[in-house]
Amino acid sequence: MNSFDFTKRNIRRTPYQALAASMVMFLTFLTLSLFIMMAFGSQQILRFYESKPQAIAFFKDGTTSTDVNAIKNALTQTDKITSFKFVSKDEALQIYKQRNKGNPMLLELVTANILPASLEISTKSPDDLKFVAEIVKKEPVVEEVVFPEDVVASLTQATSLIRMVGIAIVGFLIAFSTLIIVMIIGFKIRIKRDEIETVKLLGATNWFIRMPFLLEGIIYACLGAILGFIVSFLIFWYFESVLKTNLGEAVQNIIPLPIIFIGELLAIELLVAFLVGGLGSIIAVRRYLRI
Amino acid sequence: MISFQNVTKKFSSNILALEDINLDINKGEFVFLVGPSGAGKSTLLRLLAREYLPTSGKILIDNIDVTKLKPQDLPNYRKKIGFVFQDFKLLDDRTVFENVSLALQVRQLPDLEIEKEVERTLKLFEIWNRRNLFPRQLSGGEAQRTAIARAIIGKPEVLLADEPTGDLDPQTAWSVLSLLGEINSWGTTIIMATHNKEIVDVQKRRVISIKDGKITKDKSEGKYEFH
Repeated sequence: MNSFDFTKRNIRRTPYQALAASMVMFLTFLTLSLFIMMAFGSQQILRFYESKPQAIAFFKDGTTSTDVNAIKNALTQTDKITSFKFVSKDEALQIYKQRNKGNPMLLELVTANILPASLEISTKSPDDLKFVAEIVKKEPVVEEVVFPEDVVASLTQATSLIRMVGIAIVGFLIAFSTLIIVMIIGFKIRIKRDEIETVKLLGATNWFIRMPFLLEGIIYACLGAILGFIVSFLIFWYFESVLKTNLGEAVQNIIPLPIIFIGELLAIELLVAFLVGGLGSIIAVRRYLRI
Repeated sequence: MISFQNVTKKFSSNILALEDINLDINKGEFVFLVGPSGAGKSTLLRLLAREYLPTSGKILIDNIDVTKLKPQDLPNYRKKIGFVFQDFKLLDDRTVFENVSLALQVRQLPDLEIEKEVERTLKLFEIWNRRNLFPRQLSGGEAQRTAIARAIIGKPEVLLADEPTGDLDPQTAWSVLSLLGEINSWGTTIIMATHNKEIVDVQKRRVISIKDGKITKDKSEGKYEFH
């Protein structure tokens, strides 16, 4: 019989505490998983926009194809353009309908007249976007020009916010989980005091006595991490189609999630679980187990 | 083999458990420790098991000073010593088989070897048919046999028994004593603290009487008396 058998016996003997510890760990690691996924996702979307030099010019009502062609000609002469794509009001409505097909209320309120026609302008380099945008802005038929600088700035801000909030919440939960492990393992050491005394008199080494408690904390943490990992993927899977519809090709790198990312996430979570469970148990053993 | 040299144990400045104990016990001896409650019998046994350290003096076993052992040396030292208690100290959530196995598990022996040795010992102690029962399902005699089996399965050189018959009816107490006698005949030194006058008087073995922390008598074929 090895330390794992002693650990199994400890867990079986107090199943409610085992459940409580694993549930707290589950919450911690579910949150950790979700924040890592959000940070990874926003980073990938950011990269997508950074790597795709495109500006979109929205036209005022009444803009004719002659006006649009004039702009195209002017831009082509700059030798910085790779392609144009004109999106008419009707096409804009189709795109809107496609993105909001699950929400009839939104579909009812919008007609083709409300949506502006636009011209998607792709440049050879992201550095050319500002130059191109300045030219297009001067055209009287152009209402607004949007290019990734705005999107990238917003996304960068969102990504750093997700990171900061994530680090704060996950940090708090990790500290909380460690304390829960200290409390539960400490309690188990107390209720097994007589048993520890007996085993000690039989000649058990310190590690023989400590190891089952250390393993117990690590098992709770790893179990919570695996459950949190699985549930976070179920949540992501549930929202996958919504993300795809709303963000289109911007999420092409994260749907489906890359295998390498999944493997890395699992490895990170198990490593953190090992450290949290191990640290909590070590603190409890040092504090409560006087051998 | 075992030697107490000027051993004194104080638990606090006012409580003197043992005072200037000088005592030699030879290998293979069977010794009774007698005395009233609180005389210091259990303290003497616990000093020998290195549960306590003496306030002063030396305790030698095979010329090794037990009081000087480092914490990391204690597990190996304790494997040489078996301990039997009045309240058995069996683990409630383990069967008879598992309780006895524990003594070999701490020695980290292979499972197969443990199983064989436990089977042999339980058969020898006539509790093999109780192997799957838990301590609460055992009679007092069976529980004490299990505790003794656990104490001796690792083949200790010394068996310390603290009131092993204290909670048993006379008939069971005699059977436990007979078992201890048999273990002693294998060469194991036995030191047994007891209040059982009848057993001590009939056995005609060495009796060490303790009162108020001092040895008052030490006779080779002694009787239960400590005045």
